[in-house]
Amino acid sequence: MSRAASSKAGFLAIELDGAGWDGGDFASLAEAVLAAESAGFHAATFSDAPVPGRVNALQRAAFAGPVTRSIALAPEVDTVYTEPFHVSTQLASLDYVSCGRAGWIVTAVESPEAAAAVGRSAVSGTAVAQEAAASIEVSRRLWDSWEDDAVIRDVATGRYLDVDKLHYADFETPAEFAGPAYSVKGPSIIPRPLQGQLPVIAAASLVGSGQVPADAVDAVLVTAPTPELLAAEVRDVRARIGPAVAVIAELDVVLDSRGQAAAERSAGSEDGRARYAGSPAGLTDLLTDLLAEADGVRLHPASLAVELDELSRLVLPELRRRGALRPPVQDGTFRDLLGLTRPASRYAAAAVGAGK
Amino acid sequence: MTQHNRAKSEVFTPSGKIQFGIFFQGVNSGTIWKAAESGSQTDFESFRRIAQTAERGLFAAFFLGEGLRLREHLGRPHALDVVGRPDAQTMLAALASVTKNIGLVATQNTTYNDPADLAHRLASLDLISGGRAAWNIVTTDNAWTGANFRRGGYLDHAERYKHAEAFVETAKRIWDSWDTTQGPARRVLHEGQHYTVDVTPRLPRSAQYRPVLFQAGDSQEGRNFAARQADVIFSAHPKFDDAVQFRKDLVERSLAAGRGANAVQIMPASEFILAPTDAEAREKKEWVRSLQIGPQQAVAYLEQFWGRELSEYDPDGPLPEIDPVVEETSETRGSGFHGAKARQLADQWRAEAKDKGLSIRQFVSSKTARIDATFTGSYTAVADRLAEYARVGAVDGFNISPWLIPTGLDDIVNHLVPELQQRGVYPTEYAGSTLRENLGLDTPVRSADETAEAVRAS
Repeated sequence: MSRAASSKAGFLAIELDGAGWDGGDFASLAEAVLAAESAGFHAATFSDAPVPGRVNALQRAAFAGPVTRSIALAPEVDTVYTEPFHVSTQLASLDYVSCGRAGWIVTAVESPEAAAAVGRSAVSGTAVAQEAAASIEVSRRLWDSWEDDAVIRDVATGRYLDVDKLHYADFETPAEFAGPAYSVKGPSIIPRPLQGQLPVIAAASLVGSGQVPADAVDAVLVTAPTPELLAAEVRDVRARIGPAVAVIAELDVVLDSRGQAAAERSAGSEDGRARYAGSPAGLTDLLTDLLAEADGVRLHPASLAVELDELSRLVLPELRRRGALRPPVQDGTFRDLLGLTRPASRYAAAAVGAGK
Repeated sequence: MTQHNRAKSEVFTPSGKIQFGIFFQGVNSGTIWKAAESGSQTDFESFRRIAQTAERGLFAAFFLGEGLRLREHLGRPHALDVVGRPDAQTMLAALASVTKNIGLVATQNTTYNDPADLAHRLASLDLISGGRAAWNIVTTDNAWTGANFRRGGYLDHAERYKHAEAFVETAKRIWDSWDTTQGPARRVLHEGQHYTVDVTPRLPRSAQYRPVLFQAGDSQEGRNFAARQADVIFSAHPKFDDAVQFRKDLVERSLAAGRGANAVQIMPASEFILAPTDAEAREKKEWVRSLQIGPQQAVAYLEQFWGRELSEYDPDGPLPEIDPVVEETSETRGSGFHGAKARQLADQWRAEAKDKGLSIRQFVSSKTARIDATFTGSYTAVADRLAEYARVGAVDGFNISPWLIPTGLDDIVNHLVPELQQRGVYPTEYAGSTLRENLGLDTPVRSADETAEAVRAS
C-alpha cells in the first residue's frame, strides 16, 4: 500500500449513527449526509451496531451515494458472520453507486447473538482476527479478479470480455485457521471497483502481529480514554503499524449549544472513546493539535441534529482558516483522500487468465 | 369490488388492468452491447436512467437479478454476452434515493444466503425505500455455485424447495415479529435441517408491512410454492393462450393452498420491439436479433450442448454432424440448461434445423429469442394485444427485459404507455407510495402464533 507523503492538513470524518429511521422515510438520512458534505466533512461513516430500528449500514451508505458528490462513504461491515463473497460484491457495488467514494470499516463481531442468528458457533479469541483477515483477503482478491480493461466490447470478434483478464481468486483459509475452513473460487461477479481497491479501515486494536496484518488495511481507527491521551496513542499506533497506514483518531463530541452547556448534555463516556465536552472554540484547538498528529479525526457527535449544526458553523470554518483541514477534492475518490494511489490488479502482471 | 374482497374471493376476477415491471438483467444474450447506443452495465447512471424512465412510465417495479458465480463456457468465463452484475440490494438502496414510487425488487437466493441476514437486509431496503421493496425468491442447488461460499454445495436438488419454504417462513416470522404498537420484537427461533436461526429482529414493519414476495420457478413444486407463499409470480408464460392456461392453473393452486383466487398476481417475462408501424417493427426486430445472436454466440450456444469447441463450423452453415462429447449439458450456463441429454438433443436439433432449412445462426436465434415472450409491432397494435390480456385477466402485468441499456424503455414509456392509458388498461397515476398499494395487494395478516415465542422445526 503506497501512500503519498502526508500533508500537515488532515481530514475529518463524521459518524452518522442515528441518522436514518425516524418512523417515516429516510429523508433525514439524505439531509444529514448532505449537511455533513456541505459542512466540509471528508467522510461519513455508518455504524452497523445491532441497535433496534437501525437499518443495514451498507444500504444507508448506498442510499447516500447518489445524493452526494464529494464525501466519502464508509459503512461498517462484519467479517465474522457474513459471506465474504457477498461482502465483496456489496462493497464493490457501493463504490459504483458513489462514483469511487466507498470505503469499508471492517468489523469483527464478537457476540453470541450474532453467531446464533446465523446458526454458527460463537467465534472468539484469536479466531476473530483470523476471520477478519480471511474476509479482507477474499474481498481484495475478488476486487482484483477482473483487470481494469477486462470489458472490451470488441464487436469484430464478438467478445464482450477479454477472458484472459479475468482470474480465479482461489482463496483458501490458511492451515492455522481456527474456524471451519472455507474456500472462495471467484472471479468476482462484478467488474473491478472504480477505485480498484476500496480503502479498508479497521480498529487499530484488530491490526498488528498475530492479528489482521497491517498491510491488509489502509487506515486504522485509534481510541484513547481521554482527549489528552489521544495524540500520544496516535504516535504509538503509527510507530507500531508503520507509516503506510493512515491513522484516524476517534473522538466523541458534545458541544455547548443554544445556551446549554455541554456538561449538562453529556451523560459521560460509556464507549471507551475519548470525549470532548465544551465550547466549539476548545474543540477547534483540540482538533488543530490532533490533525497535526493523525491523518484524520472521526467525530462521533452526541446528537447529530445539535452538533452537526455547531460544527458546520463554528468549528470547520475555523479549522480551514488555520489550514488544518484538507480542501475537499471535487470528484475525488476515497483513495485520493487517504493519499493512496490506484493500484494495479495483483493479477495483471501474472497475465494468466481464469481457466488457463 | 374492493381489492380486499378480490383477494379473498373463490372466483377469479380480472382487474382489467396491466402493469409493467422492468428487469435489468445484467447477464444474458438479450441485452445488446454492440450498438452505438449500448451503455454501461455497471455505472450507476445506467441504473438511474432506466429506473427514472420506468417511473416516468408509472412502472410498478424495477427488478435486479443476483449473480453468484460467473457463467462459464468450456471451462472459462463466458466472453460473448454482457456480464458483471452489481449487488441487487446495494443498487436498489441507492435507487431508493433517486426514485419515489417504483417498487424495488431484489432477486435473492435461499441457498447461499442466511435467513436472518437476508431478512434483515430486505427489511432495511423496505424501510429505506418507504415500503417499496420486494424479494424475488429463487433457489439453486449446484455445488459449482457453492464454490464461492462458506458452506460450498450442500443442498440436494430435491430438497431445494423444502429448504426455500422453511427459509421464507422464517423470514416472514422475522418481519412479523416487531409490531410497533405492541413493543419490541420477539425472538424468532427456527431449527431446520440446514439452518438454525435464533434472532431477535431489530427492525419494525415498513409502510407496506413487509417486503412483497415474488417467485420465479416454473416447475410443479415451484408453482405450488408460489401459490402458498408469493404475492406475485414472475412467470415464463407470456403467450396469450399459455398465459390464460397458466392463470387457471395458478388460481386452482392458490385455492388449494387456502388462499383466494386473486391472491397471487402474474407477471410474465417479456420483450418489446416497437415502432410506429408494424413493418418498421419487423425490420427493427431483424436488427435486434442480429445483434443479440452474432456468429460467435451462435456457435458458442451449440458448444454448451456439444461440450467441445465447434469454431471450425460455419455459423451460416448446417448444424455440426459430429456428436456431443458430454453425456449431459453442463450446469455452468445456468440451472435452466442443466441435465438435458446432450446426444438426444443434438439429434433432435439437427433434424429440426434440416427440416426448416436453418443455419446454425438462424437455428440458435430461433432457440434463444424467446419468440413467445416478444411483442413486436406498432404501438397501437401491441396496445390492442395487451388490452386483450387485461380484459380477460390473463396476466396482471409484464416484466420487461429491455434489449438496450439504458434507453431500452424510452419508446415503451413514450408511446406504448399512452396508448394503453387511452384504452383504460394501464394506470394513469401511482395508486400509493408503497409497492403493495401500487400492485393492489392486501396487507398481510399477522399470524396468530406470532404472539408468542415458539420454536418451529422443518
